[in-house]
Amino acid sequence: MEITRFAQRLNQRPAIRWLFWLGVSGLILLLGWLLNDYKGGFYELPLGPWVNTGVDWLIVNFAIFFDGIKQVVAVVLNNLEKFLLWLPWWSMLALIMLLAWRLASARVAIFTGAAMYFIGMLGLWELSMATLALIATAVLISVALGIPIGILCARSDRVDGVVRPVLDVMQTMPAFVYLIPALMFFGIGRVPGVMATVIFALPPSVRLTNLGIRQVPAELVEAAHAFGSTSAQLLFKVQLPLAMPSIMAGINQTIMLSLSMVVLAAMIAAGGLGREVIMALGQVDVGRGFLAGTAIVLMAMILDRVTQSLGKKRRRSRAA
Amino acid sequence: MSEKGDTQVKISCQNLWKVFGPDPQRALNLIKDGMTKEEVLEQTGHVIAVKDVSFDVNEGEAFVIMGLSGSGKSTLIRCINRLIKPTKGRILVDGADLATMNETELRMTRRHKVCMVFQQFALFPHRSVLDNAAYGLEVQAVDKAQRRKRTLEVLEMVGLKGWENNYPDELSGGMQQRVGLARAFAIDPEILLMDEPFSALDPLIRRQMQDEFINLMSVVQKTIVFITHDLNEALKLGERIAIMKDGEIVQLGSPEEIVSDPADEYVTEFVRDVPRSKVIPVRNIMREPEVTLYSWQGPKVALHDMREKDIQYAFVMDPGRRLRGIITLNEARQAIKDGVTRLSKVVKGNALQIGPDQPIEEVIPLAATSDNPVAVVDEDERLIGEVPRVALLLGMMAEEKNNNAAQHVNNQKR
Repeated sequence: MEITRFAQRLNQRPAIRWLFWLGVSGLILLLGWLLNDYKGGFYELPLGPWVNTGVDWLIVNFAIFFDGIKQVVAVVLNNLEKFLLWLPWWSMLALIMLLAWRLASARVAIFTGAAMYFIGMLGLWELSMATLALIATAVLISVALGIPIGILCARSDRVDGVVRPVLDVMQTMPAFVYLIPALMFFGIGRVPGVMATVIFALPPSVRLTNLGIRQVPAELVEAAHAFGSTSAQLLFKVQLPLAMPSIMAGINQTIMLSLSMVVLAAMIAAGGLGREVIMALGQVDVGRGFLAGTAIVLMAMILDRVTQSLGKKRRRSRAA
Repeated sequence: MSEKGDTQVKISCQNLWKVFGPDPQRALNLIKDGMTKEEVLEQTGHVIAVKDVSFDVNEGEAFVIMGLSGSGKSTLIRCINRLIKPTKGRILVDGADLATMNETELRMTRRHKVCMVFQQFALFPHRSVLDNAAYGLEVQAVDKAQRRKRTLEVLEMVGLKGWENNYPDELSGGMQQRVGLARAFAIDPEILLMDEPFSALDPLIRRQMQDEFINLMSVVQKTIVFITHDLNEALKLGERIAIMKDGEIVQLGSPEEIVSDPADEYVTEFVRDVPRSKVIPVRNIMREPEVTLYSWQGPKVALHDMREKDIQYAFVMDPGRRLRGIITLNEARQAIKDGVTRLSKVVKGNALQIGPDQPIEEVIPLAATSDNPVAVVDEDERLIGEVPRVALLLGMMAEEKNNNAAQHVNNQKR
């Protein structure tokens, strides 16, 4: 009773109210100061050592598991790179232009051809193909994992609740932090580079698949149910086709993020254009760095323009 | 939509409840303890959408559930194919309880028995008209050629022939709903659930669709549960109408019963502006024809009979009592002068006629075109009565009186 009346009086007079809260703050400061002498500092949580122990334990006990992943990824990556380098540069150029023309437009195809030829003129063709192989492998893994996880998230709020914070961590944790354990798990070379890229590039595939499915109008889902669809029929005949633009946007994002990991992955000897950048940095060779940077930007533009149009598949109907 | 000798119950809804909220059982218990819907909502946040609803729908019947938004009608219709699972109560379709069915049984029921047409059409935008209409068959894994054949048939039936390769967004609202109808008809269901199917359409298109729907239904004979918030639509399509308010059925009856004998003030308010001539059948105002003649009789007999009863006209029937036409006093005199011996030579199907179950409203334009009375004939064209102009006037006056009385009651209320 007394306290509420006191609070009421405080509310009625602003000047006194300010003075009151100022006093409270001062008291807290004074108390903190006094207590600091008595028992200062935080309680220390030895999380770092725990993580080290955990990682060590994983490396020892799951060696076969990580080695298996490494082998598979290495096989895909090596063969892809071999194939890309085996192709004569002009047929590669023609193939990519054809792809750009069919998926996007003639304009994008011309830009693509010009940009690729320019990269060749800079003498960075082989390195670019190595980078492309790296990205392609990482994107393949990201999409193969991301879309199913996204579907699971869309279907269950509980799964979504678990996956969401994990994705947040994957996207915000500085890449250097997981480059080191990636090295420890997969050894030096391109495989840990791919794995680190997957960690960084996976989230948009999951998020946008999830979003796309959740955005399918409830009425359409209701209609599908009303006609006796099974869960799989609902997914493949209604939800996935309608979520396609969103899923494609997710894949586009995944590709772009993979490309931006290229330089970092080179720090653990993943090779490609990233290595040029790192070397240029080491030698303070501005020109060399600029060339490699230009090639990366051009590749980004090509991949973006070509894959952006994936989601907007044009529909042909008889009367339009 | 004719009545059958022995009606069979197709859908039976028994003490159905639907409560939305985290703990429906608790809300049900509170109601049992005597709390009102509003109190439950206020204290626990549970919405009682359907409150102890029971009704039967007979096979081949058009059953309309009418109510304003929030009355629970959409929830109720969704219980009939369990898009919404009822909290309590039973929904029997052909005797099988939908509320307790497992997933497989439920899917089979939805695939073959109960079908739905949606208010906002709910067409799949990524599928062509053909693929939309074929969806139900596709889900059943009917083979492609057969699916296509059946779907084209149905599309033609709803008047969409030639549009099968278009996409929904290229169609007008009315046409989109035709696709919705075709999608439902394609699987040849026994029961059609219509969730305000014409509400999203323009008034003109709506009326046209209603008429076409009535025609279609007379061809394919289905059991129909039709939801609407439009009383005129309900009166037009329903053989029986259930009026819902706050999750309960406040009146259930034929259109005529509802208009002429509203159960409470709520229904009275609703039907106040409905002209009785829209629902009262001709049967109620027709009378025995005073003079009936047979086609083999002569004009002299006709003249004699009419003079005897002091009337101006008489209906002429053939030996099977089928209506052949009408003859007036003057025509009879003329026939005698012309030396005609049989009435069949004079009358040639020139009588205005109407069925006994048509609403009075439809006689009015007929009567306006002629001085003669309108004949009432049954399905085999046998004469069963006549509607003289006087009776029509009296019928309309009765309505007037009724309306005035209703007005009076309302005025007193205020």
